[in-house]
Amino acid sequence: MATAISGHGQVLEPAHDDGAGHGDDHGHEEHHASMGVNTIKLLMWTFIASECLLFGTLIAAFLAYFNHGIGPHPHEVYDIPYTSVSAFVLLLSSLTMVLALAAAQSNDQRQLRIWLVATALLGMVFIGGQFFEFTTFKTHEHVWIDTNQFGSTFFLLTGFHGAHVTLGVVWLLSLWMYSLRRGIPPSKSMFVEVAGLYWHFVDVVWIVIFTVVYLAPTALQH
Amino acid sequence: MATTTQAPPRVIRRPAAAPTGIWSWLTTVDHKRIGYLYGGSSFILFLLGGLDALMIRLQLGKPVNELVNPSTYNGLVTMHATTMIFMALMPMTVAFFNFIVPLQIGARDVAFPRLNAFSFWTFLIGAVVMNSSWLLRAAPNAGWYGYSPLTSKVYSPELNTDFWIVGLQILGVATLAGALNFFVTIINMRAPGMSLMRMPMFCWTTLITTVLMLLAFPVFTIALTQLLFDRHFGTTFFDTTRGADPLLWQHVFWVFGHPEVYILILPAFGVVSEILPVFSRKPLFGYAAMVLATAGIAFLAFGVWAHHMFVTGIGPVGNTFFALSTMLIAVPTGVKIFNWIGTIYGGSVNLRPPALFAIGFVAMFIIGGLSGVMHGSPPVDTQHNDSYFVVAHIHYVLFGGTMLGLFAAIHYWWPKFSGTMLNDKLAYATFWLMMLGFNVTFFPMHFLGVAGMPRRMSVYPTGTGWDFWNIVATGGAFLLAASVWLFIMNAIYSLRRGEPAGNDPWDGATLEWAIASPPPVYNFAKVPTITARDAFWVEKRANEAAEKLGLPVRTPVAVSPDPVIQKVHMPNTSFWPLVAGVGVSMIFSGFLTPFFLGFVPTITVLGIIVLIISVYGWSYEPAG
Repeated sequence: MATAISGHGQVLEPAHDDGAGHGDDHGHEEHHASMGVNTIKLLMWTFIASECLLFGTLIAAFLAYFNHGIGPHPHEVYDIPYTSVSAFVLLLSSLTMVLALAAAQSNDQRQLRIWLVATALLGMVFIGGQFFEFTTFKTHEHVWIDTNQFGSTFFLLTGFHGAHVTLGVVWLLSLWMYSLRRGIPPSKSMFVEVAGLYWHFVDVVWIVIFTVVYLAPTALQH
Repeated sequence: MATTTQAPPRVIRRPAAAPTGIWSWLTTVDHKRIGYLYGGSSFILFLLGGLDALMIRLQLGKPVNELVNPSTYNGLVTMHATTMIFMALMPMTVAFFNFIVPLQIGARDVAFPRLNAFSFWTFLIGAVVMNSSWLLRAAPNAGWYGYSPLTSKVYSPELNTDFWIVGLQILGVATLAGALNFFVTIINMRAPGMSLMRMPMFCWTTLITTVLMLLAFPVFTIALTQLLFDRHFGTTFFDTTRGADPLLWQHVFWVFGHPEVYILILPAFGVVSEILPVFSRKPLFGYAAMVLATAGIAFLAFGVWAHHMFVTGIGPVGNTFFALSTMLIAVPTGVKIFNWIGTIYGGSVNLRPPALFAIGFVAMFIIGGLSGVMHGSPPVDTQHNDSYFVVAHIHYVLFGGTMLGLFAAIHYWWPKFSGTMLNDKLAYATFWLMMLGFNVTFFPMHFLGVAGMPRRMSVYPTGTGWDFWNIVATGGAFLLAASVWLFIMNAIYSLRRGEPAGNDPWDGATLEWAIASPPPVYNFAKVPTITARDAFWVEKRANEAAEKLGLPVRTPVAVSPDPVIQKVHMPNTSFWPLVAGVGVSMIFSGFLTPFFLGFVPTITVLGIIVLIISVYGWSYEPAG
């Protein structure tokens, strides 16, 4: 039976491939998308939804444990002004990320490189700040990952976030190197946009962590 | 192979490499081949898990048995459950996601073919790592839900629990990658006109299952990470001797664990919702209600976890809340069961083997569902908790439910996989022997539970009154094994000399039956346009009616006789998914070997390097 479904005739849509083809010209085509959202972008959004549960579980463990058992407890070790500055640095990087995407979309390669590197640098400053904070907590406040429940939950959660920032920095620098070698035309700005989605997500998580993990336990003690 | 009918024009070429040989399988990104790989591996793991079960039943065949020692018995119990849940049932449903879902939505492949291959290889390596623990005499032995403090260094000083953590982490990565892929595929890769509410039920249950995976697995990933840190870096998440809350693990585990059981059962619901309409010659009764019921079950799944913890003393408010939410889940589940009955009712029922398995599923799942509602009541649960009654319940929902559903799926879609029919007589024998073996094995466990036999007990004394039903259950287990053996014989027979299936042996309602069996690599020569639910039925019936009335039959091939046939653009094969899978597995496996200088997990560091290389190789690889 020859039917519309099984019919063989002109072959239309290409099968899709997963965001490959940085390397060649015909690799990145606009794909058929039933929902109207680019498939790679949808993948990133879905991934972010899943990541929320990773961070959510860590934050839940922190809330269950931060005042549990032996000390030191959060309010005894936090340096809120210091962490506020590093939180501000990370939030600033969201602005530079937006500027990078805008440059990519308007095909301004110079601006794109500047803002990609700026975003990565701000991320590195944040990571450096976290490294210093961890060292201070360990040497001066005598709280480390194996000290007590607060230490375990705090360092696993913020360390996990720090690993996310580090991954983001590597990703941004990879994009920067790619733009140096071949340039990222507006047709490929999707790759900057997806990296940006990830970066903004990591920033937003930090807002939650800063509020729930840093500010709330401190406020509760006053 | 019965690809004779409707062979595509020869001008359509596949640009990819040679289609045979081991290298082509190692580098494949074709969703159908990955489906075969998932199906074959998960079936072998199903047999391994079954072997564990037979050992358990032999040990429990008589009182004061000395066949296996208690330590090995703990390993058998833990590995039976872990294997069946994470390495047999879930990947077998994923095999069907892979093979069937792209065909049913009219797609050429999944959204991310290489990510799909990555999921498979990661799963396979995870399964191998986990099972290699047997060779080192370090099989996980703290029970499949690894309650603390059994998993702490004090009670599990050797590698057993590390194998469990590492294996499950690797399998979890595979699950998350697969779930991301299938969620995006179903949302974004549907053929024109295939609106969400025109999708086959199996696609709906797949979609909702992936949502459950995406939201439940991260919770488990974190719990396992915390446990890993407790064991290797001295953290105090679950160490009660250092002030940890003894219930934290249970809460986090069951926040994952209860959605997990719906991850296992929802795909089977979808399978049955595909089969019953086809063999009743009627569209699915209450399609919209079915979709809403599936979504409702998934939503409620996240609000019932503490019914696993009624005996831990969470208090009357918690008990009441979780009792009510648990019983509420029976409502959407009941909607489904009545819809299946409504589908059969008044239909012209054709009891071919897939239909029998599907009806068997409904019957057995009702029994498991009913004992599930019983457990929702805290006072009743207090009586049943940790007894064989619970073991009976879980096997009625996971074997009588999921596994019968999967056997229904295997019998239904086998012609599409292989191009040949299974032998009906052997399939009937498989079905009846399986029903007999299953009920003889697991129904007596209800009696044993009520008589007080605790689960996970390796040796029971004489004079308990449990002897009779235990030997009956052991006999049943071997009947069950024989039925699986019959199926394997049938499969081999079918592959060797089965009747050619043709495209559409069951007069199917959905798109996969419109193309050759097994399907060509590009699936649909022309991407179909969908105008209705049960699209293939609607088209066949419309054409039959047109023929009867002497009207022109709709044949778009003739309508568009374009001589310029472009080549089908299929993604190239790639070995990076396999390399990335190895990298991910190394990252976790580093915790199975001694650390360099006491704090550097060498293999983990190497794994990170392998993963980085593969991610760059993957990104820069031409799409072809």
